[in-house]
Amino acid sequence: MEVSRHWRLRQQRYALVGEVCPHCDAKIFPPRDICPDCGQDAKTLYQFSGRGEVFSYTTVHDAPAGYEENAPYTVALVKLEEGPMLTAQLTDLGEQPVEIGMPVEMVTRRLREDGERGMLVYGYKFRPRLTAA
Amino acid sequence: MREVAVLGIGQVPVAEHWERTLVDLAGEAALLAMQDAGVERIDSLLVANMLAGTGDGLQLNLGAQIADWCGLRGVEACKVEAACGSGGAAFRAGLLSVGSGLVDCVAVVGVEKMSQALGRVTTAGLATAADADYEAAHGPSFVALNALIMRRYMHEYGWQHEDFAPFSLNAHANAARNPYARLQFEVSEAAYRSARMICDPINLLDSSPIGDGAAAVVLVPAERLGDNGGHRRVVVAGSGAATDSLAIHDRHQALCLAAAETSARVAYAQAGISPADIDFFELHDAFSIMAALSLEACGLAEAGRGPRLGLDGDIRPEGRLPVATHGGLKARGHPVGATGVYQIVEVVRQLRGEAGDNQLRRARVGMAQNIGGSGATILTHILRTK
Repeated sequence: MEVSRHWRLRQQRYALVGEVCPHCDAKIFPPRDICPDCGQDAKTLYQFSGRGEVFSYTTVHDAPAGYEENAPYTVALVKLEEGPMLTAQLTDLGEQPVEIGMPVEMVTRRLREDGERGMLVYGYKFRPRLTAA
Repeated sequence: MREVAVLGIGQVPVAEHWERTLVDLAGEAALLAMQDAGVERIDSLLVANMLAGTGDGLQLNLGAQIADWCGLRGVEACKVEAACGSGGAAFRAGLLSVGSGLVDCVAVVGVEKMSQALGRVTTAGLATAADADYEAAHGPSFVALNALIMRRYMHEYGWQHEDFAPFSLNAHANAARNPYARLQFEVSEAAYRSARMICDPINLLDSSPIGDGAAAVVLVPAERLGDNGGHRRVVVAGSGAATDSLAIHDRHQALCLAAAETSARVAYAQAGISPADIDFFELHDAFSIMAALSLEACGLAEAGRGPRLGLDGDIRPEGRLPVATHGGLKARGHPVGATGVYQIVEVVRQLRGEAGDNQLRRARVGMAQNIGGSGATILTHILRTK
């Protein structure tokens, strides 16, 4: 596994750091340095709240190599409160059925492992948003 | 640019060719196309392939390898890659080569060898069509990405799963009459409804099967066509290529194939026609949701209304707009990097009037659309008789 490939994404994987466009104020995740809305330079870092809602979801039974251990698992498109969408697994679902529009929040979890002695890759997943008791 | 014609076509059946190599399959298709064209030499060989550089059997530099195997050592050759859109992309590269006047005779061969890898390795290989850092790293298979689109589409437009059945049933009915198809049998609506779930809402009969396969065409300037060996003459009338974001989550509209819309618009304009002039459409039905999205993006159905064409019977061979006339990806099979060239071969067979039991009554203008990834790279070609 390529270690630096995952290491250089640590701000995004662990803290949802993207960018904000200084010209049109669009929030950008994943960061890409050029605003997808207005096409101008956008390199100002911006930390997302981690709150969003489920835009779509499905369950993976036949997992790609490296992900078999967790199968079956739920993958979703999550629309963040600030606007952008991302692809992530849902976790901590318990018996709760997933629905489009369900409020979710970011947590840090293990994404994959490379065998018993290999590297562990951590990153964001999303769980049903906790509400105050 | 000078007008370009398809002089020859060749294909091998999509199947599990356990005893054959990738080079062997590609070579047979290329030589069949050259034989059909009546040429012994070509100026350039373009190879379309997606997966030879993934998994365990790593082999790159396919251009030189396949050219040598075909007895064409010394000829210009290279590979063109755009995931599942490789075939369409290589065909367009061939078209531009001949159209430019720099070369006079190009063979385009699409090839894929998928039966020898373990399932999870192929699944990981197919996921390389998606964004490695921000999609694939989170574990979705390629099917899962399409399932995300399909579920949202059903949610927004109110379709039920069984409304997509006609795409699958039509493809299988047509493949049952195509000796080159991977799944030469019909399926019933009951079978569709009860098929095994792969990634909800996508079930087995929404999904195209992988396979080993190779297909090829020979391109020349139209003025070199002559009597074309007695075949009806076929020229490329329009060609469009466009891209969208690699990741679904980055698209402005997740349910619109923007690159299909752009590439189709360019192809229509070049051909000087409107969507209503298309007699039949070889679309990229890797999953049934993609058939609906393609029809909508190409102006053949309104947004959110794609499944209607299936339910009304328009897409069947006797309908207003036949699609997947040889089985489509769904039932001819989807040897990913080769698929775009199979589509062109099938369009040419219809236009020549050589489609056998699948021959349409009216086939003068045909369109093929090939999609790389979940909508990132899209090639649209319009061919017609001359």
